[in-house]
Amino acid sequence: MFNFSIDKKTQSSEFDQIKKWDFLVVGGGPAGLNAALYAKRKGLKVGIIVNEIGGQLNNTTWVDNYIGFSMIEGEELSNKFLDHVKQLEVPILKGVYVQGIEQVKQDFNVSVSNGKEYTTKTLLLATGGEPRKLGVTGEKEFTNKGVTYCATCDAPFFKDKHVIVAGGGNSAVEGVIDLVPWASKITLVHRSQFRADKILLDKLNDIDKLDIHLETQIISVVGNEQMTGIQALDKHTNEKKLIKADGLLIEIGTEANSKLIKDIVETNEREEIKVDLNQMTSVPGLFAAGDVTEQPFKQIIISAAEGAKAALAVNQYLIQIYKGE
Amino acid sequence: MANLLNEEVSKQIKEALSPMQNEITMVLFTKESGCNTCEETEQLLTEVKALNDKISVEVKDIDKDKEDVEKYHITDVPTFVILDDNKKYKGVKFQGIPAGHEINSFLSAMVFMSGLDLGLDQKIVERLSKITKPIDIKVFVTLSCPHCPGAVATAHSLAMLNENIEASMIEAQTFQQLSVKHNVSGVPKIIINDEFELVGNHPIDAFLTELEKI
Repeated sequence: MFNFSIDKKTQSSEFDQIKKWDFLVVGGGPAGLNAALYAKRKGLKVGIIVNEIGGQLNNTTWVDNYIGFSMIEGEELSNKFLDHVKQLEVPILKGVYVQGIEQVKQDFNVSVSNGKEYTTKTLLLATGGEPRKLGVTGEKEFTNKGVTYCATCDAPFFKDKHVIVAGGGNSAVEGVIDLVPWASKITLVHRSQFRADKILLDKLNDIDKLDIHLETQIISVVGNEQMTGIQALDKHTNEKKLIKADGLLIEIGTEANSKLIKDIVETNEREEIKVDLNQMTSVPGLFAAGDVTEQPFKQIIISAAEGAKAALAVNQYLIQIYKGE
Repeated sequence: MANLLNEEVSKQIKEALSPMQNEITMVLFTKESGCNTCEETEQLLTEVKALNDKISVEVKDIDKDKEDVEKYHITDVPTFVILDDNKKYKGVKFQGIPAGHEINSFLSAMVFMSGLDLGLDQKIVERLSKITKPIDIKVFVTLSCPHCPGAVATAHSLAMLNENIEASMIEAQTFQQLSVKHNVSGVPKIIINDEFELVGNHPIDAFLTELEKI
């Protein structure tokens, strides 16, 4: 009945005491938290700047593929990560956005929405991703008027309603499962075939109120004040059809949150950051880890591992390459 | 009714309330019949009160205690406000039970109302002091929304620091009519002066920028 995530904000004054950081981490999801853990253990002056701890873990009800924890709530796993980092007394500046990152000689200046600027020898961008949009007519217009990207947040609004879930990966299947206690009917629509784990797909067999339309492409979201349905193209018959529904949960993957540095580092065509084997971007001293990178498998354990790699590589970089003061 | 807070949860709440500085009073409004969640809200407040001796709880009836209803701008039940040690109302209000994820915004409101420093940057405090128009902030939440307590806590901090600002957590399912009126089907949804809206958990300065436009 109660979900704790109590945490006192680090006052910026505590953060201000450090003139130059060895390593600043932007982002507080699995990649950022694990990077801070590893860096602190190496003795680096490390701090985390973040709006909301947990990142996309907060949008996940159940996690069942992080080894050592079977069926743990996303937020609980994030709390465990945070507790571990806090044991090492890593300063965390919370409730702020980073607004700009500028390279000055070998260092980086990070400007933050609290009006402050911090200087660091190395920086990790671990800003993850945000829900990928379908990019169809009506999607933006009906966002929060039926269209949602957060099943855990908005499922209660779909009590006794018909909800369409867009997507065919693990998140979409989990979205269906999150909606089961609320919706009267669920229709899963995906443009190709399922790519979710078999163990998850098996759970769909028991859901009577679920309809599945594969090889079906959503063309538009329709409605008046609120959404009333979608137009979709059945790729087998090449026929357009209207599916009436009260809600549309979009779970088609993530878009990299790379805007802070995408103009100064190399990215791929999806604006995901390119990194080397040590998680370093094309700019020396600037690292990236987790869903913001072009690494194709967006998983908690992979993000956490990339954070660790980045921190170890940062330590090496500071010893062997960094020439500043 | 069985206890809402088990031993483990009580321990966590007690610990979270330990930084409390001064006394606070929670004034809860209920009514005799037709209120599904009044009883459990009262129970939650009573059980939390037992965990820290700086907390007092007063229970009022929306139909009988008209003077208080007017004083705290109460429109429906269950609603409660948190007063400081001088029993001054600083605009911190909860409409609906703050269970689920909202336990976090509830704990944060109690601790900061007791006088713990909010730790805000001086620039933010200065900008906030320049707001002179009356501002009403409604933060619609669901109890399963992890992003919502952050938005509620930010709105409450703004209210605590400026007497022209009133901020309320509104549990969307309990206050369904109000949610429908404001077209709430995604949370956290923030409605300012019944007119301007904002969706999501934004940092305090982004929130403040919205208020400065009014």
